[in-house]
Amino acid sequence: MKRTTGTASAIALATALSTGGAWAQGQVVVYHWFEYIPQELVDKFTEETGIDMVIDTYDSNEAMLASLRAGGMGTYDVAVPGDYMVQIMRETGLLDTIAEGELENHGNIEEQWLNVSYDPGRQHSIPYQWGSTAFSVNRDVYDGPINTTDILFNPPPELSGRINMLDSQGEVMAIAAIHLGIPQCSQDRDELQALNDLLMDSRQHFLSFNSDTAREVLVSGDAAAGMIYNGFSARGRIEEGANIEYAYPTQGYIAWMDNMVLLRDAPNRENALRLMDFLLEPENVAMLTNWTQYSAGVEGVSPLLDEALRTQPESNPPADAGPAVFIEPCDEATQAVYDRIWTNLRR
Amino acid sequence: MAGGAASGGDATSDAYAPARGWLLLPAWLVLGLVVLVPVFLMLVYSFLTKEFRGGVIWEFSLAAYDQFFIDRGLFGDDPPRIEWAYIQIFWRSIWQAGVATLLCLIIGFPTAYFIATRPAQQRNIWVFLITIPYWVNLLIRTVSMRFILRDQGPLNDFLQWVGVIGEPLTIINTNLGVQIGLFYSYLPFMVLPLYAAIERYNFALSEAAADLYAPRHKILTRVVLPAVKPGLIAGCILVFVPSLGSFLAPDLLGGARNFMIGSLIDEQFKGSAGNWPFGAAASMILLTLVLLVLMVLARQQARAARGAG
Repeated sequence: MKRTTGTASAIALATALSTGGAWAQGQVVVYHWFEYIPQELVDKFTEETGIDMVIDTYDSNEAMLASLRAGGMGTYDVAVPGDYMVQIMRETGLLDTIAEGELENHGNIEEQWLNVSYDPGRQHSIPYQWGSTAFSVNRDVYDGPINTTDILFNPPPELSGRINMLDSQGEVMAIAAIHLGIPQCSQDRDELQALNDLLMDSRQHFLSFNSDTAREVLVSGDAAAGMIYNGFSARGRIEEGANIEYAYPTQGYIAWMDNMVLLRDAPNRENALRLMDFLLEPENVAMLTNWTQYSAGVEGVSPLLDEALRTQPESNPPADAGPAVFIEPCDEATQAVYDRIWTNLRR
Repeated sequence: MAGGAASGGDATSDAYAPARGWLLLPAWLVLGLVVLVPVFLMLVYSFLTKEFRGGVIWEFSLAAYDQFFIDRGLFGDDPPRIEWAYIQIFWRSIWQAGVATLLCLIIGFPTAYFIATRPAQQRNIWVFLITIPYWVNLLIRTVSMRFILRDQGPLNDFLQWVGVIGEPLTIINTNLGVQIGLFYSYLPFMVLPLYAAIERYNFALSEAAADLYAPRHKILTRVVLPAVKPGLIAGCILVFVPSLGSFLAPDLLGGARNFMIGSLIDEQFKGSAGNWPFGAAASMILLTLVLLVLMVLARQQARAARGAG
């Protein structure tokens, strides 16, 4: 969901650097998003602790869950699921509990991210990065107002048929529910029917469903508007010079937080905790955040961030922006209806 | 591989005769481990009960096949009707794979004929040239194709520059884009077996037909094509079958606006649906379809062989 670059679903990326002989402290095995940690940070961790970081990658929360459930448990120490996925993993018993006092830097977690609904009291996870998901518009194509979800579901003629959606059921359904002003995972039949009808009617406006290339299609001009993550859009504008503007719709937008979780049966539990402590150190989180262009959930990071990142529009919602909502995992019956709507949309 | 040693050259087979049965053992082991066991697992899974968010419960259920063929409305309690959504997805994939196979055939046959009629020492160079691009990873080639075909890409720039078209052609994110992508991905699988068949063809037969006053198109349809039919069928199978299950080209060149068989199955295991039995059932239905096609073709080939013999 929150890869910083890349088109591919990577198979495996193992970085086992400097097996430092006498001071080697073993390893920690990280199951991580594709390209979501800078190499300097990996090196810094090994330098400071003597622990080698071995990284294996995935490209969606669901793919990670599937692989863990298909026999991956006991291989990895930590993973980096998004908010709703933490809840799913917690409820399916895939997570180990971090006892009080086991993390030295636990106090560094920002107050607002301490008691999150998907992991109350942070018993299994620490914040990794957070940001928002909405959409961006190519300003060369359309220069009208964009801070409304009408851009996706009732677009001006310039944008109709040229919109890329994320290839992710959770995000598309959530933004559609925000547009209709109905609760997520509604069990009300009329509301679900309205959700289905909205997406069927909007089909004609959608050009494609791609997550990996969400930024690339906007930068290249293949799509004139598209759903995207805020940091992804910022990188398209700053690094690639695209005239794209990220929208904060007045109806609301999706917030997300990726979290590092301690997995059950972690083979290197001690080292995993040391990695978590390392990632709660403001200096290290700042290094990470400056690279990803998202936001950190740790105290004391802000002064260490690049000036441009602190002030960029993608990270600072305007005053009239709607509420930020986290994606909720639906109950089984509603999920079955969601699956049918999703198939209808893509049939 | 070991099968080649066992069934191959007559000169060596006698020396290995006592061990001949064992020579196939490694091949059978590999085949069993990487093909039969997984396929059997999929078959079993397709008849199990789905566990919410991925996984299976070990209880017999026909729910996966029911979901594939029976439509019970958005909320699952309408009176049952025939479900067209998945049939539509399968039909679209079959259509795309069929067009790609046809494109490969149209371009591949003359190419293979050309190569097979070069002097012997040149042929290997031509074959080598055909395979060079395929040393590059399929993903990279598909992404490159995307760059070439896009609205502001070199192809459209060129066509507009020569004045063939006024407005850029939209190929990316259309069915045509997918077909071109599949065609490009699998072309050598058509050319190589055709080349092998045409190379073995005895061109004296064409001359004989011409001596008997057969017009050129009759020579092609009545003499050449029947003789190279095994290569033709092998080429079509090698292009059609992987095209049917592919999802790189549909994703990158078709925009994934519509599910194809491959992406539908992928979604069941790696997407939000997390419906393993349904993914397994869709795979089994696909496998059955492919086997049916192969059986029909194999029977045709057997008939052709009898006719020739």
